[in-house]
Amino acid sequence: MSLATTQSIAEIRARNKELIEEVLKVYPEKTAKRRAKHLNVHQAGKSDCGVKSNIKSIPGVMTIRGCAYAGSKGVVWGPIKDMVHISHGPVGCGQYSWGSRRNYYVGTTGVDSFVTLQFTSDFQEKDIVFGGDKKLIKVLDEIQELFPLNNGITIQSECPIGLIGDDIEAVSRSKSKEYDGKTIVPVRCEGFRGVSQSLGHHIANDAVRDWIFDKLEPDGEPKFQPTPYDVAIIGDYNIGGDAWSSRILLEEMGLRVIAQWSGDGSLAELEATPKAKLNILHCYRSMNYISRHMEEKFGIPWCEYNFFGPSKIAESLRKIAGYFDDKIKEGAERVIEKYQPLVDAVIAKYRPRLEGKTVMLYVGGLRPRHVIGAYEDLGMEVVGTGYEFGHNDDYQRTAQHYVKDSTLIYDDVNGYEFERFVEKVQPDLVGSGIKEKYVFQKMGVPFRQMHSWDYSGPYHGYDGFAIFARDMDMAVNSPIWKKTKAPWKEAAKPKLLAAE
Amino acid sequence: MAQSADHVLDHLELFRGPEYQQMLADKKMFENPRDPAEVERIKQWTKTPEYREKNFAREALAVNPAKACQPLGAVFVSVGFEGTLPFVHGSQGCVAYYRSHLSRHFKEPSSCVSSSMTEDAAVFGGLNNMIDGLANSYNMYKPKMIAVSTTCMAEVIGDDLNAFIKTSKEKGSVPAEFDVPFAHTPAFVGSHVTGYDNALKGILEHFWNGKAGTAPKLERKPNEAINIIGGFDGNTVGNLREIKRILALMGIKHTILADNSEVFDTPTDGEFLMYDGGTTLEDTANAIHAKATISMQQWCTEKTLPFVSEHGQDVVSFNYPVGVSATDDLLVALSRISGKEIPEQLARERGRLVDAIADSSAHIHGKKFAIYGDPDLCYGLAAFLLELGAEPTHVLSTNGNKAWQEKMQALFAGSPFGQACQAYPGRDLWHMRSLLFTEPVDFLIGNTHGKYLERDTGTPLIRIGFPIFDRHHHHRFPVWGYQGGLNVLVKILDKIFDEIDKKTSVLGKTDYSFDIIR
Repeated sequence: MSLATTQSIAEIRARNKELIEEVLKVYPEKTAKRRAKHLNVHQAGKSDCGVKSNIKSIPGVMTIRGCAYAGSKGVVWGPIKDMVHISHGPVGCGQYSWGSRRNYYVGTTGVDSFVTLQFTSDFQEKDIVFGGDKKLIKVLDEIQELFPLNNGITIQSECPIGLIGDDIEAVSRSKSKEYDGKTIVPVRCEGFRGVSQSLGHHIANDAVRDWIFDKLEPDGEPKFQPTPYDVAIIGDYNIGGDAWSSRILLEEMGLRVIAQWSGDGSLAELEATPKAKLNILHCYRSMNYISRHMEEKFGIPWCEYNFFGPSKIAESLRKIAGYFDDKIKEGAERVIEKYQPLVDAVIAKYRPRLEGKTVMLYVGGLRPRHVIGAYEDLGMEVVGTGYEFGHNDDYQRTAQHYVKDSTLIYDDVNGYEFERFVEKVQPDLVGSGIKEKYVFQKMGVPFRQMHSWDYSGPYHGYDGFAIFARDMDMAVNSPIWKKTKAPWKEAAKPKLLAAE
Repeated sequence: MAQSADHVLDHLELFRGPEYQQMLADKKMFENPRDPAEVERIKQWTKTPEYREKNFAREALAVNPAKACQPLGAVFVSVGFEGTLPFVHGSQGCVAYYRSHLSRHFKEPSSCVSSSMTEDAAVFGGLNNMIDGLANSYNMYKPKMIAVSTTCMAEVIGDDLNAFIKTSKEKGSVPAEFDVPFAHTPAFVGSHVTGYDNALKGILEHFWNGKAGTAPKLERKPNEAINIIGGFDGNTVGNLREIKRILALMGIKHTILADNSEVFDTPTDGEFLMYDGGTTLEDTANAIHAKATISMQQWCTEKTLPFVSEHGQDVVSFNYPVGVSATDDLLVALSRISGKEIPEQLARERGRLVDAIADSSAHIHGKKFAIYGDPDLCYGLAAFLLELGAEPTHVLSTNGNKAWQEKMQALFAGSPFGQACQAYPGRDLWHMRSLLFTEPVDFLIGNTHGKYLERDTGTPLIRIGFPIFDRHHHHRFPVWGYQGGLNVLVKILDKIFDEIDKKTSVLGKTDYSFDIIR
């Protein structure tokens, strides 16, 4: 079925180049020029993917990107379970991001944990006209009264806050004082800042630095006795339990995880992280900033790792162990060996069903590259990939460690381009988000959401790989895809209305 | 290790195993957890009348509100027109949210574009974003119409849509005669139902009142047709189809304004239809000539209906008609306005609904319900419950206002089953949580977010409303009309019977009441 598997690299390259040219034709001249810089065919040996990134989206094209608020509240801060996160501004932002990210946690929700509650200052016209600081003060008081076991509060700014000149920093300082030094974190993640979720990650990282780290007492009593094997998991949001199926491996190899950032995380864990011996970083995009900061300020080294698929897991376990003594190195080998039978059984079961199948990806932070290894472990091939909000360093990592020659690369792809690419490349599977899911399924293309794991997961770690393999199999080999055409109708080529 | 290739455990089972449970227990020491006794004490305190009082004294904080913002309603209504691309002027993240929200409910694609305004636009205004955005959308997605609304960012900085669209046309973004209706939809005023109203009025204004000064105003030449407006509705697919079926049975010429029943229910047949169905632009313009316009949801059309009325039409509004009497009223109104008789088939359908209620009412009679949702939905469901002899004890609408409250209380006052019932405008689901603890009811009706209330208070949830993310396909079935009433009845009964079975399924303890005939 797949064109990619029956053609030579040169043919694929030519087809992909032609495809990009064709797609650009739809645009007004100015837009075509701008979009051309974001589309490319990867050339083996190059140090990056040859696309521009982290640039403003073009109006009206149906970008798939979100905003800085989504990056801060939705990604970085939202999962910290014992803090109340206020969506500060009108009701919508908090409503649409309420409980939709599946960052699992355990706690008594509404009493000592607050992840799946929607707290908002629900701005009305008068708050816009007269300013919202007074309301914010009252909101903070009401949270203190009704949710007394919260360990801290963050203020997640929505668009109007920065436009009407509210001083949420001043409110935070004075209320923190009033409440005996309570952690109150103002976050300037207004949706119009930056070009995507990405700046929201950065702003959220900086808020941890300024409003948590900088307020730590340098000689404060540690809450627990440090060990030489203390590490922090950075940039795992525990989607469907990802951080848990990662943590279990780290602990099995003899490390002690003292903090999770931020899936199932807590304020105490954030505060304890400067005591870690090593920060291990999964989602580089969203948390490299704080990792670099901790390296500079506290001298904590950090290393990137990848817990998707057995090849990358084993490589990562050894890489992490490399920072420690022989005990941990042996621990890593022991873990790899322990899970080998599971890996073998999963691959024996699923690889024959998936061998040679092609995949096109379009996701956020780390996944456009990180999951490629897991697909390859199953004999599948990623023939196109792109980042919603990646930067050049993401595309460098992608080019140097992940993608194959002639892979189609699309940065900040929009609805039109992505549909045309899929229509022409005809992959066996598309992995992207909820906004894309039904578009491609209508076209008869199997699909998995690769942000939320399509309500499945975990996908990290060895336990997660079994689920990943099962899910890809059930998507690609679902019997329903053979029935999209009525038997009395000729099999027509998928076409797009917009392309007519 | 519990995981296996033969029987792959997913998150539901995996983390319950002893290894993970131990791991999570060990993690606690790093979390600086609260004393479990203190957690329990506060948890119990949140159930008390004292807490309820403090909770209801809230003036600034909203916790789990049951409402969304205006532009969501604007997008919802815009896709109900033929070939129409909704274009939301402002920050782009908002559009990502509306699309996700609608897709998660309908399990359908949701197409919409943003003008992607960023910091420079905050300073200089978003005119260039509008100029480029309209040109790009027009070329890429070949719409027949682009319906513009706004995010709060554009509203705060005061962008003028009328002027911007005019300038964009002058700059050649879209042809001068291309339809670009617009509506200002500030998120800090009203809710998604307000946005529905504003955007629909904007579209009708565009076609009827001379396309922003570029065409002559239409002159109304009354005909026999009736316009129907559905309002913001999670069941729009099933409900609008049911209304069309009823109108066809009665032989009434009609136009459904903003008919999004197709675009939110497209087939999987190898082709993605970005646009499907919808009210044609011609019909939208011609809707001015109709004899009357009927709104199925009063609080979704508070501005639109007066606008229609000003053009000389009769206007009638309903409140989400569920059940026998509400459907009777709808049919009688349709018959009165159109002069057409109500056919025997509908009388038989009515009889069947009455029959079903008579068969089952013993199981519902006297049961207490809490309902929350949009104002009209609340009214329609409460009226149906009263008809069943049930008591809609707490009816809460975050986006309901004082007028809504009065109308609800009048409804309660008119029924012996409504005497102890109360309406709560402007309240949220954390208020509802208190109510369910201090004045418990038997069942809760609401959207997906009600599952948190069900977990906390043990009140079984019947899912009707928007959004419903965690159950599939119910939006494809109507809840309006006699057929819809039957669907709602069955939904309620299923929950009642399931609950009895759940409570009586302990062997050796509750062998009685576990009946096979009811």
